[in-house]
Amino acid sequence: MTDTSSTLRIVWIYPDLLSTYGDQGNVLILKRRAELRGIPTEVLQVTSSSPVPEHGDIYLLGGGEDRPQILAAERLRKDGGLARAVARGACVFAVCAGYQIIGESYGDDESNPLPGIGILDIRSGRGQTRAVGEIVADVDPALGVGRITGFENHQGRTAIGPSARPLSTTVRGIGNDDRTEGAYQGQVLGTYLHGPALPRNPELADLLLRWRVGALPAVAPSWGERLHEERLAAALR
Amino acid sequence: MSDLPLRAQLASVLGRSAASLSRATGRGDGSVIGGRVALKVEPDLLTKLAKGRRLALISATNGKTTTTRLIAQALREFGDVATNEYGANMPTGHITALSQNASAVNGVLEVDEKYLPQVLVATQPAFVVLMNLSRDQMDRASEINLLAKKWRTALGKTNTHVIANADDPLVAWAGLGAANATWVSAGQRWKEDSWCCPECGGHLKRDTDPYWECPECGLSRPETTWAVDNESDTLIAPDGQRLKLRLNLPGDANRANAAIAAATAAGYGIHPERTVERLREITSVAGRYTSLVTMGVEVRLLLSKNPAGWLESFAVLDPPRVPVILAVNAQIPDGKDTSWLWDVDYTVLRGRRVFVMGERRTDLALRLETDGVAFEVADRVDEVLGRLKAEDPDITKVDVIANYTAFQQIRTAYGRVQ
Ligand SMILES: [Zn+2]
Repeated sequence: MTDTSSTLRIVWIYPDLLSTYGDQGNVLILKRRAELRGIPTEVLQVTSSSPVPEHGDIYLLGGGEDRPQILAAERLRKDGGLARAVARGACVFAVCAGYQIIGESYGDDESNPLPGIGILDIRSGRGQTRAVGEIVADVDPALGVGRITGFENHQGRTAIGPSARPLSTTVRGIGNDDRTEGAYQGQVLGTYLHGPALPRNPELADLLLRWRVGALPAVAPSWGERLHEERLAAALR
Repeated sequence: MSDLPLRAQLASVLGRSAASLSRATGRGDGSVIGGRVALKVEPDLLTKLAKGRRLALISATNGKTTTTRLIAQALREFGDVATNEYGANMPTGHITALSQNASAVNGVLEVDEKYLPQVLVATQPAFVVLMNLSRDQMDRASEINLLAKKWRTALGKTNTHVIANADDPLVAWAGLGAANATWVSAGQRWKEDSWCCPECGGHLKRDTDPYWECPECGLSRPETTWAVDNESDTLIAPDGQRLKLRLNLPGDANRANAAIAAATAAGYGIHPERTVERLREITSVAGRYTSLVTMGVEVRLLLSKNPAGWLESFAVLDPPRVPVILAVNAQIPDGKDTSWLWDVDYTVLRGRRVFVMGERRTDLALRLETDGVAFEVADRVDEVLGRLKAEDPDITKVDVIANYTAFQQIRTAYGRVQ
């Protein structure tokens, strides 16, 4: 965790612009799974009219409609706080519209490329079809997360550059391009699993916590693990 | 309607008999199938059927069916009203509603948000009534900012009179596209979809509810002439008259619907005092807010389909000792994506007896666990009642909040209570 503080600082970026599909779920689950391990947490909600603090541990970006996405990208670029936090080693978890804008570039509603924040080596554009439905993917074994499940609802297609790696291989659904889903680079991770991706994948939530605090004690399986199994079974049926 | 061309008349009759057939065979209430048959025969039928009438189109994310019912009830002051009161809110449903009541001069049509621009052009209504816009079934619905933009553009091309909720920034911005508008301060509990300016994207200043303005482009809440005061259960008319509402439908959301209905009825020339009297006659709308009594327990059914709706339902729950059943499905009419459950704050349920049901009850279970709300899992309403009665034979009431197909399943289990 940061510097002298023993509190895990979770920063939710622009809930006023990027919070369309239950994105709050990721904040709540990180907080809960940290607290189950006795790690105190602090949640900071940063609206689009406020500067992004640089001393957070985990930064969360949610999904959004086209126009809010463009606004969020413009404001984050101008602010510069997120990029500085990443340079200091912070962890980022971004979904859907948030995933696209932390990349090098993303497409607007007519596929014109717009500059992203540039903290993840990906480039996104618009596909011919909208990807809507349950998605299942196997995470890069290096991350020790296993199979993830979620819901995708986007028209984006994402190419991964040499500095980043695909987060996972798609089993069902579209993800980046039909073959891979999401991307990561250091402790910056993005995915098309929108909204409550972490509630549906407790191991993914624990990965982010591990990145910040090191090895975690196990917790007894509960409803999160059960939901994870249920959704996997339903999606692959 | 004798001036309708023969083909249109024929289509109208065909539609009517298909509807009766559908009802007779128990396949539904007939409102959709009737229109579907009719549309095949005469594509311009909607325009022809609308001609010569004074129509009001009602659209919103939440409360469309109820408000349509409220306005229709008020307008019955003048006799028959053509209306799609069972919520078949696409053009086929409108055709059925209008052809089933060919002689009614006044009509009130609930319109699906996506279809509003098209139905507006086809029917040239006297009034368009807009209440709220919020996230809803995002796996198949349009983005609401885009929707508001389409409303605004369509309204700019007609001379229809808009009656709209000024407290919802997205709705107000859409309504400002029209040349004539009556603004109602109907309130907005769910604000998570309107922190940003619909015109320029700036972060709205919303310090004192219900006022809002954009510090960047200057867009602001229009001046209202009608208002609802929830505290005192009062409707405030343009002349300043204060009318006690005393509705038989619960909650602030229904006060808002009633205020909008009164403003619309006033547009037709009905005094708000008379409207309010008539609105009190309504106790249930298509099974919503109905109480059924089973095993000696009063079970109240609240239909809520999205975060804004759940927030409103939580606000009308009976006191904490009354248990609540939450039921969620994710079939096509519900939206396949349950992510929205994470947008709702459940902490208000702490200390209450809570049960989770429905095909996606595990999603609910995790959500409640995360918010620190104790709950139990159940399969059916009567199973919950059995458990409750075993512990306390004197239990008298249970509330149920369910999304669309979960709600219909419960209604069907109890014989489609009205
Ligand atoms: Zn503005």
